[in-house]
Amino acid sequence: MIEVQHLTKHYGPVTAVQDVSFKAERGEILGFLGPNGAGKTTTMRIITGYMPPTDGKALVAGYDVLEQPLEAKRRTGYLPEMPPLYPDMTVGDYLMFCARIKGVPRGERANRVKTTMDRTRIADVATRQCAKLSKGYRQRVGLAQALLHNPDVLILDEPTAGLDPKQIIETRRLIKELGGEHTVILSTHILPEVSQTCQRVVIINKGRVVAVDTPENLTSRLQGAGSLYIEVDSMGAEAKDTLSSIPGVTGVSVSERRGSTIGYEVATAADRDVRRELASTVVGRGWGLLELRPMRMSLEEIFLSLTTEETEAPTAAAEAAHE
Amino acid sequence: MNNILAITYKELKSYFASPIAYVVIGLYALVYGYYFYAAVRFFERQSMQMAGLGVGAPSVNINEQLIRPVFQYSMVVFLIVLPMITMRTYSEEKRSGTMELLLTAPITDFQIIMGKFLGAMGLYASMLGVTVVHMALLYWVSTPEWMPIVTSYLGLLLMGGCFMAVGLLISSLTKNQIVAVVATFAVFMMLWMINWIAQFMSPTSQAVLNYLSITGHLEDFMGGVIDTKHVVYYLSFIAFGLFLTARSVDVERWRG
Repeated sequence: MIEVQHLTKHYGPVTAVQDVSFKAERGEILGFLGPNGAGKTTTMRIITGYMPPTDGKALVAGYDVLEQPLEAKRRTGYLPEMPPLYPDMTVGDYLMFCARIKGVPRGERANRVKTTMDRTRIADVATRQCAKLSKGYRQRVGLAQALLHNPDVLILDEPTAGLDPKQIIETRRLIKELGGEHTVILSTHILPEVSQTCQRVVIINKGRVVAVDTPENLTSRLQGAGSLYIEVDSMGAEAKDTLSSIPGVTGVSVSERRGSTIGYEVATAADRDVRRELASTVVGRGWGLLELRPMRMSLEEIFLSLTTEETEAPTAAAEAAHE
Repeated sequence: MNNILAITYKELKSYFASPIAYVVIGLYALVYGYYFYAAVRFFERQSMQMAGLGVGAPSVNINEQLIRPVFQYSMVVFLIVLPMITMRTYSEEKRSGTMELLLTAPITDFQIIMGKFLGAMGLYASMLGVTVVHMALLYWVSTPEWMPIVTSYLGLLLMGGCFMAVGLLISSLTKNQIVAVVATFAVFMMLWMINWIAQFMSPTSQAVLNYLSITGHLEDFMGGVIDTKHVVYYLSFIAFGLFLTARSVDVERWRG
């Protein structure tokens, strides 16, 4: 549905985006993740046809946004970072105008505007001037504008920025609903948002794609060999050696110590689940087992490791992304 | 065409939703009305004096001695007022981010420009509409020839179109409305005065300067003559201005 091929964009001497490629299938919600200034907005602006790329191309529903801009734009809904509202217009008038320039047939306009307002929960401000709206409403009117012509593709640039927690949850739910019938690309730097709403993530840093995968795969790939966290109580001095001697355990280190309670980090071989042995050993010795859980790298940590240092993992991930 | 009208309608709506339209039309009506009153009083005294001279004195002509100067004066007022109409056309869209809405909607740059141009012309035409009232008053007390009045309006519309095209271009070059209004005003003044030094120049440069003068081409219209030469000048001026605006919007896109 969306295909981006080797996109490059220079602003004078500055390279904003360098050889970015990815695809999004119909009905998919794709998260676009990266620190500020990574090139998210630039990439989105190119896909929406707002600006042409220096090199490479973007296809929306099979139409090249540069060669057949009108066909591509007819199928694209775009919510820019700053919702594009006319301060003097009322919300209703604004959406009617948007419906008109987006080619919604005359007879359907009023009805379409009404259903979209209901869907984005802005019907109560229909007669209010855009200039007088709160940030949350502005964002939702912007979203309504993007949805009006029922586009195949939705490009949302930080759709939850500036919303309060309740609105964020509502907006995420709406976006999830929209996936399935629309293809959604959403950019954000809020990581839980990605794991909650997106099926796939493109991580971009300094204008380059560093990883493309599902949130789960990203987590497990970077995990490498698994490690467990175990917290035990009232154990003997030989505890560390005992744990180390369990088959499959490759290393034990103390990570936390609170009085008689000690938390160990247990590194295990990649393909072995030693949780049962670990638990029965501890309990068998008469120690108190307080906690046992796999240590997952959170998306935050993955994100940081991908965008701050050039470790081996991101390179592998990036290579996998190109396949 | 529907897209052009959608933009035109939106432009007119935002002129009239903001104070701009009322300030521009209201102040124009005030200033123009005052001048009109003064001109009529002056013309009245002139007629009395001529009548006092008795038989054989040259008769006064209301078209030449009242209506023409009034139109010429209104042209000068337009020089000052029109930059305020065009100043926000593009600047405001860029500043508020609505440019992204327009440029990502399934409409062409040309449709956006034409829509904005027609919207500005619509507001300008309603300003001209105010002066129709004054002209109608003259028919109540006298019988002016109607042809020069009609051609004067046509000429003023065409000249205003040129100013709008320049104003759109300048507005598309900046985000700042103050810069837009001041630069537009300066360019209008230059277009108005450009042939004032013509008489001191060689015949060739004289011809060139006279041809460039945007107001010089209005003279024949004021005299009641529609000369194709002037119509072509105005229309090509407008087309060129809108073309440059389209290029300027495009450049903005590439630069990002």
